[in-house]
Amino acid sequence: MKVLVPVKRVIDANVKIRIKADNAGVETTNVKMSMNPFDEVAVEEAIRLREAGTAQEVIAVSLGVARCQETIRTALAMGADRGILVETDVELEPLAVAKLLQAVVEKEKPDLVIMGKQAIDGDCNQTGQMLAALLGWAQGTFISKLAIGQGTAEVTREIDGGLEMLSLKMPAVVTVDLRLNEPRYASLPNIMKARKKPLERLLPEELGVDVAPRLVTLKVEEPPKRQAGVKVANVAELVDKLRNEAKVI
Amino acid sequence: MTQRQVAAPKESTKEAAAAAFQWDDPLVLEDQLSEEERMVRDSARAYAQDKLMPRILEAHRHERFDREVMTEMGALGFLGATLKGYGCAGVNYVSYGLIARELERVDSAYRSCLSVQSSLGMDAIHAYGTEEQRQKYLPKLAKGEWIVCIGLTEPDHGSDPGGMKTRARKADGGYQLSGAKMWITNSPVADVFVVWAKDDDGEIRGFLLEKGMKGLTTPKIEGKFSLRASITGEIVMDDVFVPEDNLLPNVKGLKGPFGCLNGARYSIAWGALGAAEFCWHAARSYALERTQFGRPLAANQLVQKKLADMQTEITLGLQSCLRLGRLMDEGRMTPEAISMLKRNSAGKALEIARMARDIHGANGIVDEFHVIRHVLNLESVNTYEGTHDIHALILGRAQTGIQAFTE
Repeated sequence: MKVLVPVKRVIDANVKIRIKADNAGVETTNVKMSMNPFDEVAVEEAIRLREAGTAQEVIAVSLGVARCQETIRTALAMGADRGILVETDVELEPLAVAKLLQAVVEKEKPDLVIMGKQAIDGDCNQTGQMLAALLGWAQGTFISKLAIGQGTAEVTREIDGGLEMLSLKMPAVVTVDLRLNEPRYASLPNIMKARKKPLERLLPEELGVDVAPRLVTLKVEEPPKRQAGVKVANVAELVDKLRNEAKVI
Repeated sequence: MTQRQVAAPKESTKEAAAAAFQWDDPLVLEDQLSEEERMVRDSARAYAQDKLMPRILEAHRHERFDREVMTEMGALGFLGATLKGYGCAGVNYVSYGLIARELERVDSAYRSCLSVQSSLGMDAIHAYGTEEQRQKYLPKLAKGEWIVCIGLTEPDHGSDPGGMKTRARKADGGYQLSGAKMWITNSPVADVFVVWAKDDDGEIRGFLLEKGMKGLTTPKIEGKFSLRASITGEIVMDDVFVPEDNLLPNVKGLKGPFGCLNGARYSIAWGALGAAEFCWHAARSYALERTQFGRPLAANQLVQKKLADMQTEITLGLQSCLRLGRLMDEGRMTPEAISMLKRNSAGKALEIARMARDIHGANGIVDEFHVIRHVLNLESVNTYEGTHDIHALILGRAQTGIQAFTE
């Protein structure tokens, strides 16, 4: 079995996000970038399948600027076998990502695509679903458990009010939630080995995909600053404020 | 740099350049690291923050050494990381320094374990040992299955190791070792001991001792107020018989232990700045959050001056460490340059930690704020592997040709 894992380069989860001075977007100059945490979970799951002998090959794919290859190297250092970078300077939207991944899937013919349920930058939560639809494949989203059966992927989904068990006919797309596993740290010997693993570069044009944005960003703003609260001396003052200032009672 | 932003309007290019100042990385060290070095650093930082930081409060408070820390570091390839083969990763010295910095950002005790195992222990066996000795010890030490400690310092000979009293007398099929070593990181939990002793000709030689050898005891030193998360002890040798095969054959004299001290001191130069960075960041956060006289502490010029001093010393120090690491990777390292940076980093880190403790007010003495722990640790770091003053004398000798400490 062959597993494809898309990995996204995002601003590191520990970085305090700053808005650009012209409100055109988020500041990324000299900001630490890392692999999307949900994608780390996806890589870990794929590697575990290979270590268990269920999968034979794990391919990490990233789409975007040249430095996305660092994100792929991280996946390779965790244990993925080879990488593919689809290089473009265009800001990719979920539909473009899904179409590029579709093209990569048609080229590589994996049995399973394991990906993060969303990226922590855009929080779109669309790409996996779009990819499954474009491919006409089964999809299991927000999974917290994965087992491979005879031509099926048995998944447990985290849904409102409980867990849902599904049996997906493969090939399939699954998107993972944080509780699926605890991703490993890349060990030093594996970081050294990652350098020698193959990394293929493709361009969107070579895959015949139009990645032009469909959306226009009007303005990016910080959430309003939280106002400090006030202390009231007694219940009477509280009731008075609720009635006359907040006008909620 | 600005060329990349040609698409942006002119004013905002200017603003973007000004906004790009990173208060926590003013000279953008990040860009000076290779992709691989950043990955090593990221792994070390993630491990240290996720797995060591939650442990350290209790470990320090109750003077507890967690044996698993060694196997965890071994599994990630941190131990003996610069060596090639024998299950070691073979990363460069810059990477080794970055690991030291991340571990010591949590606690100097963890970085001490890394330095002792890697530089003082594994480097010694690798550089001075036979192939059989390397095969026997290095893979297990790299995994952290075995712990190695080093016996050089003695109760009466610290800065002056040449005067050591420990003797290795020739015996049938080996040597009889007698003497005592003091202030030995990990000695009570060690499986392997690299002991430096004088042979019948008065030459300093290295010997590999193993736990359980007759006459070998390793009492723990009680009452330590520093490096409490790593255990420190003595190595007491009462006519311990050491077979001929356990002599490190490839070195004689003080250059043996001194050779390994270079790597350890180098890791301290990076590590101490990791501790300093923690204290600086903590002091900055505290000064921003703590309000007195109706405004944050950080609004005081005195506090800002302290923060600026911390930022400056750490930034300059890290640049120097990186340069030293590059020189080591090019094989152009000099022990004097290592002395300079070990001395500078440890001394400055200690000053920074004390300043940070001061900014924390009364909270600065509580272990839950972590700063006092670094202050206490750095007192050791400033002392061991060559004190602040001894390194000054090494540098003084190197530029005047006059040795201020006599033989």
